[in-house]
Amino acid sequence: MKLLRPSKAGTYESNDIYLMLFPGSSGNKLELESVVYETYGKQIKNVIFTTLEAIGVNNVLVKAIDKGALDFTIKARLKTALKRGGIDV
Amino acid sequence: MSNLRRSILFIPGNNPGMLQNADVFDADSVIFDLEDSVSLDEKDSARLLVKEVLDTINFNCEIIVRINPFDTPFYEDDVNLIKNSNANLILLPKASCESVLDLTKRLEATKINIMVLIETAMGVEQVFAILSSSERCKGLMIGGEDLCVDLNCPRTKAGNEIFYARSRLVNCAKALNKFVIDTPFTDTNDEKGLIVDTKFAKSLGFIGKASINPRQIYFINEVFSPTALEIKHAKRIIAAKESALKQGLGVFALDGKMVDLPIIKRAESLLETSRKLGLIKE
Repeated sequence: MKLLRPSKAGTYESNDIYLMLFPGSSGNKLELESVVYETYGKQIKNVIFTTLEAIGVNNVLVKAIDKGALDFTIKARLKTALKRGGIDV
Repeated sequence: MSNLRRSILFIPGNNPGMLQNADVFDADSVIFDLEDSVSLDEKDSARLLVKEVLDTINFNCEIIVRINPFDTPFYEDDVNLIKNSNANLILLPKASCESVLDLTKRLEATKINIMVLIETAMGVEQVFAILSSSERCKGLMIGGEDLCVDLNCPRTKAGNEIFYARSRLVNCAKALNKFVIDTPFTDTNDEKGLIVDTKFAKSLGFIGKASINPRQIYFINEVFSPTALEIKHAKRIIAAKESALKQGLGVFALDGKMVDLPIIKRAESLLETSRKLGLIKE
């Protein structure tokens, strides 16, 4: 499935994550900023790529600004952004 | 979980920080809100967030989800997602017989029950029929703020304007053996006012009170919990009852006052509540 249009979801509040999605052309890519990058950067990346894969999304660029979101929040925000971008989740 | 509903805390459905800590505030139940606390352009976001939270966290209290009203474009999506969650109850705002029947049908294959929010003049008048319209409908909450909008009167701390509605709702709920929860006290800086309002609700027959701020939970729980004096008195009634039974007496006196079945039932109920709260060990 492909993203039909750029989309966004989430907030800059503590415990949340702000996601911007753009249609890409060479696989799924992620640009991540996080207040807990050193400790949880790998886990955040894993949640994002796993969720994209589970939904069957390819060729999307994800720009993420994380404020300490837990996994379920990352998943929820990503699903929201995908839905807003025209993907049925 | 105590199975009591002394305090029910509203939590905005689009706030991950509050959702993930929902059960630390000591409320007996929490309401994940998809309605008034969520802006129109974030309804989709809140809905998915609440679903993910429910799929992930096993909360130590009853979970209620307030969906959007039946006549909004968000209702169907809310129900379709939340009916596949482990929520205990769905709180249906601006409830009517029609909306309760529709929701009941949609929840057919689930274990989720319904709590109705009565917050219109019509709802107050039709509450008996609304509560009777579905086996899944287990109780109600009165929504004082919206009701006053519908009544076109100011909402005051004294609450005279909702006295009729409160009384009617309690009576209908008790007649149908459903639970009945009072409206929130919205001035979060007025603890004395909160206590007075909560005590008044209790005196009318409400079993608990909704809250919009975690700071209110302690005071609400205090009001709806049996006191040491009440427990002591209830124990004496039960002891006197057992003694009277041995003597073959149906009615007996304690401290010069007649004790009959309603008083015994109330004492038993109070002791049962106290046991659930861990206030007595037997």
